[in-house]
Amino acid sequence: MTERLAMLAPLALPLLILLPLAWAALAFVLGTGRGSRLAIAAAAVQLMLAFALASAVMDGGPLHHAAGGWGAPLGIDLVADGLAAAMLLLTQAVALPLFIFARGYFHQDGARPDAAGHHFWPLAGFLVAGMNALYLSEDIFNLYVTLELVGLAAVGLVASGGGAAQTAAALRYLFAALLGSGAYLLGVALLYGAFGSVSMATLTPLIAGASASAGAGASEVALIAALLMMAGLLMKSALFPFHFWLPPAHGGAPAPVSALLSALVVKASIYLVLRLWLGPLAPLLTPLAWLPTLLGTAAILWGSWRAIHAERLKLLVAYSTVAQLGYLFLALPLVGVGSTGASASAILTLQALAHGLGKAAMFAAAGIIIHATGRDRVDDVAGIAERLPLTLFTFALAGVSLMGLPPSGGFLAKWLLIDLAMARGHWPLVAVILAGGLLAAIYIFRVLRLAFLNLPEAVIEAEHHKARVVPRSAEWMAFTLAAASVLLGLFGGLPLLQLVDGVGAGEGVTSGVTSGLVPGLTSGAVVGAP
Amino acid sequence: MSGALLYAIAGVLLFAAGAAGVVLLDHLLRRVLAFNIMGSGACLVLVGLAQRNGIPDPVPQAMVLTGIVVAVAATGLALALIRRLHAQTGHADGKTEEERVKGETGAGCSLPASHSVAGRGDD
Amino acid sequence: MKRLVTLSAAAIFAALLIDVLLDLPAAALDLRALLAEAMPASGVAHPVTAVLLNTRGYDTLLEIAVLLVALLGVVISSARTNLSSDPGRTPASHVAIDADPMVSALARLVTPLAVIFAIYVLWAGAHRPGGAFQAAAILAAALVLLHFARIVPACTAPSCRLRVAAVAGFAIFLVIAAIPLAGGALLQYPPAAAGLLILAIESGLTVSLALVLAGLFLLLADDAGGRQ
Repeated sequence: MTERLAMLAPLALPLLILLPLAWAALAFVLGTGRGSRLAIAAAAVQLMLAFALASAVMDGGPLHHAAGGWGAPLGIDLVADGLAAAMLLLTQAVALPLFIFARGYFHQDGARPDAAGHHFWPLAGFLVAGMNALYLSEDIFNLYVTLELVGLAAVGLVASGGGAAQTAAALRYLFAALLGSGAYLLGVALLYGAFGSVSMATLTPLIAGASASAGAGASEVALIAALLMMAGLLMKSALFPFHFWLPPAHGGAPAPVSALLSALVVKASIYLVLRLWLGPLAPLLTPLAWLPTLLGTAAILWGSWRAIHAERLKLLVAYSTVAQLGYLFLALPLVGVGSTGASASAILTLQALAHGLGKAAMFAAAGIIIHATGRDRVDDVAGIAERLPLTLFTFALAGVSLMGLPPSGGFLAKWLLIDLAMARGHWPLVAVILAGGLLAAIYIFRVLRLAFLNLPEAVIEAEHHKARVVPRSAEWMAFTLAAASVLLGLFGGLPLLQLVDGVGAGEGVTSGVTSGLVPGLTSGAVVGAP
Repeated sequence: MSGALLYAIAGVLLFAAGAAGVVLLDHLLRRVLAFNIMGSGACLVLVGLAQRNGIPDPVPQAMVLTGIVVAVAATGLALALIRRLHAQTGHADGKTEEERVKGETGAGCSLPASHSVAGRGDD
Repeated sequence: MKRLVTLSAAAIFAALLIDVLLDLPAAALDLRALLAEAMPASGVAHPVTAVLLNTRGYDTLLEIAVLLVALLGVVISSARTNLSSDPGRTPASHVAIDADPMVSALARLVTPLAVIFAIYVLWAGAHRPGGAFQAAAILAAALVLLHFARIVPACTAPSCRLRVAAVAGFAIFLVIAAIPLAGGALLQYPPAAAGLLILAIESGLTVSLALVLAGLFLLLADDAGGRQ
């Protein structure tokens, strides 16, 4: 079985793109509201492919696939390294349970799907195809096309909500996305003009050479291009202060859509920031690493503050996304290896995975609660613990990972990040990460406290009367996602770090984590390290 | 400076003008037009800069064809959404989105009384 | 204030970038030479078509997906708008007054010519400027003209047959992209068959893209939803 999977791995690169494109087109032909079974079956196959790919990358290093057989710089290369394989795994691992959830969510009343779900399946297929293509591409112009594919599909999904607020949110999202991709495209144009290539592998030495020979015209153009591309991508990643479009779009869309967007779509452009920042643009941007860190700090504080004060449940979860995305920008000055041996990009991947699983679960749970009560104010969750115990447990579990409590994946990521920050002497970062965890606890316990309120018998009776049925399958899928987010810390973390950093790199992590769990830490030994 | 570089310079100017338009213009239709100007500017830089020595380069020309189709797709989607927003709220002015999003929680499509741009939103 | 800041920021950005561009040295790499070497195996004689459908054909595949996504987004927008209006209403184009006789005459005259011209442009793409996108744009323009002549009605949602036709070109492209995976890479045409395969892809795309482009317009043109 494993041998057969290993043989499949090189084919997984193109198949992870072609397969979702194919089922999305088929779902489009099938018509409104159809194609859910097709999507779920295909997502299962994709998950298997992503697993095969990840294990092959772990054993044998990065895999390449030259589209058209030409090879860069003339053709377009697909490359799956550890980081890409991890993101592909995240995408498929979140997509499969979410699709099963969406099927339950949209098809509540038998055969006729909810109007909001009429065009969910083809759009979701194109969205997944776009994200998979984005993770695999190593060509900066091809990445522009994938960014647009992901962006337009996401805008379409937000608009499928139907109301005026959703239309306004979709438009705002669309303009932010277009402004972002326009800036990115100009950056690509300048880089092509300066160096004559759009392949990252070709550009990396050329940019390094240009920036080494100071005073050359090419390095100035490259710097402007790098800043344009980063500004565009940060706009798409909703990093503070570009986050203005995210809460209405994520907070207003139907629950399965919110979950897809918050868990996966924003990660795609952040992945690209990381890939370019640590890759071809590194010589130009490294002196500016403090800037995203500053913005990330602001995002954590501001997003948490707004989540604490949000009136609507889904808006609370959406602002929590703004805050959690901030963590992904904290570690840019920490590039290099920390005391436990995990690199900054491996830790960021772990955080992205933990947040992706946790946030998908939380949006799904919020969607179930809103569907059951028919209202979406935070105050309306009062007494929900008695009616939807499983869903509330899901919400709490997802919260555990977002707050960074052990043993969740969120804990492992934040712990490693603190460890790395201490190893480098970046004490303010430690304070920010701890404060972010506390603030997350405040807004999550705000919901949980209300949920356990004892309502008067009469109110409960009345509520039961109004309650709408939420399919059990939907509840269980949300729970699966939350459980996966927590279990990631126990079982998935180490292999994941090894996948991103290469085998052997994560050796010190296990001992580091266990010693870290002991109160008093081992930090004394770590602080003095350079 | 070669004459061919003029195209790239014009592209930079168009991009800057378009980007400022996307940020500044309130009416959504104008914003779509500004975005198109911005995109055209980026495409002009892509083609113009690559052939600044006067010899045409087919690779960026093909990329620009791709870019144009993507821009058509985005424009079509934006126009459809603007038209729907106009049908639902009676205006197509980006200025009050904030209030509209805050004021409504997704279900209704009531008209904010304070706002009226009938003359501009129509046609 | 916001105006002043934005405008001056845009002006400073443009001035700075132009200043830097003025003394930009020649690019280190020149893809023209590489492309010239690859041309004999590309299956076509025109370099832009070779890049578009062979060396960077993967870009084009994803770009068609972007167009289909936009079409879906427009379908969502128009369908939902019409749901909120009177379900029993007749489509606007049918109750409207008859078309201008001049437009009708023009449409009847131009449409056959447009079809012939589109086929020529499609065929010409192999060795001179032209190809599927240009041909599709001409066909889509003819469809829009027919709409103005009240021959083609505006639609609220594409029928099953239309959906199949709109996706067919993409499906052909996808299949031709996937077949070489059996022994090589995505979209790696055997050089001997490359010309034929590219023609097959382009023919399919011409029909489908014409429908998608016209669809973007005709779905928006159904005015009843826009004015309640």
